[in-house]
Amino acid sequence: MSKFEFPPAIKSRPVYGTLEARPGKHHLMIADAEGAEAILAIATPELMANTHIIYIPRGTDYADKLRALNPVQFYEGPSYAASVTRIQRTLERSHMGLQIYLAGTEGLMGQAQNEAMKAGFPFNAIQTEHRGSIARRMQCVHCKGITEDVEIDPFVCSHCGLNLFVRDHYSRRLAAYQGVCIDAEDPGNVPPSKGIYE
Amino acid sequence: MTIQFNDETFRDDYTFRNSDWAIDRFPFPFHEDSYMYAVNMEQHRGGPDGSVYEKRFDVDEHYVAEMRDRAMVLADDPLRCQSLPHMTLAGWDLLELIMVSKSEDYPDLFELHRDGDRWRWVNKPMGIDDSFTFMDETTLPYGPMEYITRQTQGDFCVLDQREDNLWMDAGIVTTQADWSLDFDIGMNFFEWHAPVPLAHEKGIFVRALKFLLNIQQGAPARRLNWTMTVNPLLDTSPENYHKWGVQKTTLTPENIGEKQHLRVELQTFFRLPRSNALVFPIRCYLCSFQDLMTKPKWGRRLHRVVRDLPEELATYKGFIDNRPMMLDYLSKFDDGLPTSPGVFPDTETEPPLQT
Repeated sequence: MSKFEFPPAIKSRPVYGTLEARPGKHHLMIADAEGAEAILAIATPELMANTHIIYIPRGTDYADKLRALNPVQFYEGPSYAASVTRIQRTLERSHMGLQIYLAGTEGLMGQAQNEAMKAGFPFNAIQTEHRGSIARRMQCVHCKGITEDVEIDPFVCSHCGLNLFVRDHYSRRLAAYQGVCIDAEDPGNVPPSKGIYE
Repeated sequence: MTIQFNDETFRDDYTFRNSDWAIDRFPFPFHEDSYMYAVNMEQHRGGPDGSVYEKRFDVDEHYVAEMRDRAMVLADDPLRCQSLPHMTLAGWDLLELIMVSKSEDYPDLFELHRDGDRWRWVNKPMGIDDSFTFMDETTLPYGPMEYITRQTQGDFCVLDQREDNLWMDAGIVTTQADWSLDFDIGMNFFEWHAPVPLAHEKGIFVRALKFLLNIQQGAPARRLNWTMTVNPLLDTSPENYHKWGVQKTTLTPENIGEKQHLRVELQTFFRLPRSNALVFPIRCYLCSFQDLMTKPKWGRRLHRVVRDLPEELATYKGFIDNRPMMLDYLSKFDDGLPTSPGVFPDTETEPPLQT
């Protein structure tokens, strides 16, 4: 599957790279859905002998391929929320020099990066590669509720019901983009939604 | 001088008013007849007697009412005041800076008595007389930053300095020009300014950051920034934008002089001694168009600035839709005469409006 080229954007917006195997005693790879492809692209038996993979398939069928890589540890989780305590525990117990690789959707990478930062890893030492859905994790600036996997702009906040437009302004701490009421100055005047990059 | 504190509101019935004294000292932000972003920094070492630049932390007639408004905002939304765990020391630095400055600059209003780490703080306008132990959080009703900034006009951002950058790691923000501390906390200088148009391309933020990283203790700096606000609403937050945004549509040719306000931020920058953090107070001053028009020079100049402002800036500052109505109003105060350089109204020397 080809990778999506994000258009140039403002400086708070994250920039994703391409995973590469880096020297290290231990490797932690966290991915969802098509993010599996980024892991498959760099996997070697030597790397996998020291790699712990945490993977959330989200309806895709990559899990068996990853398992077949024979990583030293493999976990398949039903959702990010279900996996997060395991991610936290793994990071807490990690040693100096752990290499972290994140791949898949922005929501997965942002949240996992946030956990790694809380555990003391500098964000710019964490590798990321975007694959799959270009949906965004959005915070409503008004009610603070998070709406996952937003694909259209404007969208309706899943918590307070306001019509929100999708900004490029991004918070690493929240692992979310900002959504702001689109019809505040003219209530009810909401343009038709379209895809975020359309 | 003794300040007469106004009993006024910045919401609902909007009884906020500027006295003649407050209009005279309003920090009009345009030193010439046009505006573009610049790193317009200067030293914050006093200014003309009675001006807003004179004291380290200016106290004016709106003090008590502004603090009442801040308490209401914080009661509605405690997330407007946040401090990441490593910023507590900087909070104490800030408390000390403000208490020392205010007690020295306004001895009739504020007193600070220090006996080792046992301090007593007296704030007469707000009726506060508290004794506490410096650096012991348990002896104050709030964290040190929140305690002192609930008693000081202006928003406060406390910036940690590391990796050759500044990080928005603490703050209290209740009078902001439409940005969210809760969203921006933890960001670096370029990230929290990311939504600002044009200025990145002009290299403004790279130069501004270089300047700010080098600010030394005892040598604070300042600059002005500005935007437009309909009604004297202090809390123009994104959090409440769905409530206040509609007020922008209530302007009419009849009420614009009274309702439309120029909103000016006096931004100052102080290095803090123990934490090496940088504190960035953003003090908001509001003045209605009709009050500004009492100064012929400001009338002429404001018309020219608003008329010639690039569209991106008028959009970013949120008044693109109202600009035509503003210009209809302001053009009546511009007779085409030249204006004197500088921000001050020069009422003695500038000619009255020619009709």
